[in-house]
Amino acid sequence: MVFEYAPAPESASIVDIRPSYGLFVGGEFVDGHGEPFKTVNPADETALAEIARADAADVDRAVRAARTAFEKVWGPMPGAERAKYLYRIARLIQERARELAVLESIDNGKPIRESRDVDVPLVAAHFFYHAGWADKLEHAGFGPDPRPLGVAGQVIPWNFPLLMLAWKIAPALACGNTVVLKPAETTPLTALLFADICRQADLPPGVVNIVTGAGETGRALVEHDGVDKVAFTGSTAVGRGIARSVAGTRKRLTLELGGKAANIVYADAALDQAVEGIVNGIFFNQGHVCCAGSRLLVQEPVAEELVERLKTRMGTLRVGDPLDKNTDIGAINSAAQLARIGELARAGEDEGAERWSPPCELPGRGFWFAPTLFTGVAQSHRIAQEEIFGPVLSVLTFRTPEEAVAKANNTPYGLSAGIWTEKGSQILWTAQRLRAGVVWANTFNKFDPASPFGGYKESGFGREGGRHGLEGYLDA
Amino acid sequence: MPDATRLTVRKTYKLFIGGAFPRSESGRSYVVDDAKGGFLANASRASRKDVRDAVTAARKAFPGWSARTAYNRGQILYRVAEMLEGRRDQFVGELRDLGLGKAAAGTAVDGAVDRWVWYAGWADKLAAVAGSANPVAGPFFNFSTPEPTGTVGVIAPDDPLLGLVSVVAPAIVSGNTAVVVAAERAPLPAITLAEVLATSDLPGGVVNILTGSRAELAPWLASHMDVNALDLAGAAAEDVAALEEAAAGNLKRVLRPGAQDWARTPGTGRMTAFLETKTVWHPVGV
Repeated sequence: MVFEYAPAPESASIVDIRPSYGLFVGGEFVDGHGEPFKTVNPADETALAEIARADAADVDRAVRAARTAFEKVWGPMPGAERAKYLYRIARLIQERARELAVLESIDNGKPIRESRDVDVPLVAAHFFYHAGWADKLEHAGFGPDPRPLGVAGQVIPWNFPLLMLAWKIAPALACGNTVVLKPAETTPLTALLFADICRQADLPPGVVNIVTGAGETGRALVEHDGVDKVAFTGSTAVGRGIARSVAGTRKRLTLELGGKAANIVYADAALDQAVEGIVNGIFFNQGHVCCAGSRLLVQEPVAEELVERLKTRMGTLRVGDPLDKNTDIGAINSAAQLARIGELARAGEDEGAERWSPPCELPGRGFWFAPTLFTGVAQSHRIAQEEIFGPVLSVLTFRTPEEAVAKANNTPYGLSAGIWTEKGSQILWTAQRLRAGVVWANTFNKFDPASPFGGYKESGFGREGGRHGLEGYLDA
Repeated sequence: MPDATRLTVRKTYKLFIGGAFPRSESGRSYVVDDAKGGFLANASRASRKDVRDAVTAARKAFPGWSARTAYNRGQILYRVAEMLEGRRDQFVGELRDLGLGKAAAGTAVDGAVDRWVWYAGWADKLAAVAGSANPVAGPFFNFSTPEPTGTVGVIAPDDPLLGLVSVVAPAIVSGNTAVVVAAERAPLPAITLAEVLATSDLPGGVVNILTGSRAELAPWLASHMDVNALDLAGAAAEDVAALEEAAAGNLKRVLRPGAQDWARTPGTGRMTAFLETKTVWHPVGV
C-alpha cells in the first residue's frame, strides 16, 4: 500500500541569506580579491548569494592570521580553556540547529530530514566529543606531552559541508592547532554561518579562518609554506595531487578520499532489514557519500528475491523538494555532478548492464536523478569500478564467502563495506578479510565522533574521529 | 688451530627473495670494501626486475603471514633473536670488517638481538594498545582494530645491522611483508641476516632483501603500484621529495626519515606507521 503525501515543507524563513559574503579572516569578514562567484540552490537553480573568491594573497593573509593566533593565543592556552570554547561552539550549534539544517538543505540539496536528524546533530556531537579531549591529550597514547602541529590547511567537499567542517575543525582545535578551512565552491554557506558562531562564541580571532573559492584557492592553501598540516576530504584524483604537492615538505598530511563500497548480502540475511540497509547505503544523501554502499554483492540463492524486494522499496522513495520533510532523495548538488552521474549511468547501459528506475516524476527545474539500479553488472564494468557519487546501485552476485571477499576487495579503494548475515561467526570472518576502514555489519552508514573513520589503500590515510583521529593533529 | 695450508671457503653474497637466495637477474655485482679499502666481497647489484620479483614474493606472502596468530608471529620473531644470538661471532666479525671496534661491534649485535626480542613481545600486544572499543551514541557495538597495511618498501639506514633490524622488525611484527633495500656500502650483514631469517621459521617472502644502488632501486620501490607503504629511513635527504612524489601514485603510507639513534629503545611509531585501523559496527539488540 502506498500512502499519498501532502506537502510538508520546512519553513525557510529561519535563515537569513545575505546577498554577498566575504572571507572570514582574523575574526572579521573581509573582501576577497578574486572574482566573486555565486552559490546556487540545486533544487531550483536560483542564485543564493555572491561569495568572495580568495586569491593567493587572501590565503596568505588567512594563514598568517592563523599563525599569529597559534603563537600568541591558541597554542599557549591551557587545554581546559580550549575545551570550554569547543563546548561553547557545540552548544551554539545546538541552539542554531534548525537554522543550520535549513541552510544546509538549501545550499546542498539534501533532504531536511537528513540535515536535521543526521548532519547537524553529528556536527554538535563532534565538537562536544573533541572538547573533552582538549585537556586530556597526554592520556591519548601519543606520548606524555603531545604538541600541536601549528596551522592546519583544510579542504572539504560539498556532500556534507558542515559535517566535514566539524570533522576537520574540532580535532584540530582540540589538539591546539589553528585552521584555515576552504569549503567547497558549491556549498559555502553553512561554513560562513559557522564563522558567525565562532564570533558568538568569542573564539579568539584567527583561530578559525574560512576562505571561499574553487580549486585554485584550495591549491594556494595546501601549497602555502606557512601551513604545517594539510587535511583533505574529496576525490582520490585530487588527493593524489595533494600528496604530490606536499612531498618533500615538513607538512603532515591526512586524506579521506573516494570509495566503491561493497555491501555483501549472504543468503541467510534478514532480507527486509538488508533492503532497508541497502537503500540507506546507496540513496542516503543522494548517494553523494564517499562510503556509499554502491556495489551490492548478493549471494545467488537470494539474488532474485532481494532485487524484487529492493525494487518494491525503491518505488516508495520520494524524490523532490529538499525542504519537504517527507523527501527521501533531494537534489543532486550541481549540474556538473549530475552530468557525471548521467555519463556513468549511460556507460552502464552501453557496457551491457540492465538499468531500472521506479516510475518517478522529477521536478522541472533543478538537478535531479532518479534512484537507479543496475543488474547484470560485471566486475569490469565502469559502474562497478568507478565512484559514481550518485543514487546509482550496481548489483553483482556471488556463490561462496571467498568469492564475496575477493570481489569486495577487487578495487583500488578501501573505505567501507557492509555485511548482512544472521551468522555471527560469518560476520567476523568476513569483516577480518575486507580491506576497508569501516565495516558495517547488519547496518550501514552509521557515524559517530567516537568512531574512527578513514580508508585503506587509495581511499586515503589517517583517521577522523575517536582517539585515532587525534594523531593527525599532534606532533607525537 | 686453522690449517695454514687450507684455503678458506668464501661465501657468495646473493639477494634474498621469496625465501631463496638468487643472484640478481641482471647478473650484476659490485665490490664491497672493508674499512681499510680492501676487498671483502662482490655483492649482488639488484635491478628493477629484482625489485618487482621481490614485491611479487612479498605480496604472495602477505595473506599467510598476516593471518598467522599474533602469538605465532611473536614466537617467530623471538626465534629470529635466537638464531641471531647463535651467530653472534659471525656478525661481530662482519661488523669489525666494516671498521667497528670489538666492543662496539659486540654492542651492536647484542642490540640487534635484543631489538628482535623487544618487537617479538609486541606482536600480541599491539592490538590492545592501538585498538579500541568505541562508545558510540546508539545501540551498536563498535570496535577498532589495527591491521597490517600490506607490503612495505624499506630503504634501510646506513647502520648495517642494528639499524636494519630496527626498521625490519617493526614492519613485519604486525603482519606486513617487506622488501628491503640494504645499506649500500655495507650490505653484507643484511645478507647474513637473511640467512638467519631463512632458518627462523619466517615464511619465505615475508622479508626480501636487495643489495645494490639505493638511488637506482628506491624509485622503483616508491612507484610500484603493489607496494602499500614506504619507509624512507635510509633515503638520502635530496632524494626524499622525489620518492614521496612517486609514492603518491597509489597513496602509499610514507614514513619520512627522522632522528636515528638506533641504540635507543624505540617507541611504537615504526609499528603504527604501517597499520590500518578497521572499525566494525554491529547493532546491539535481542
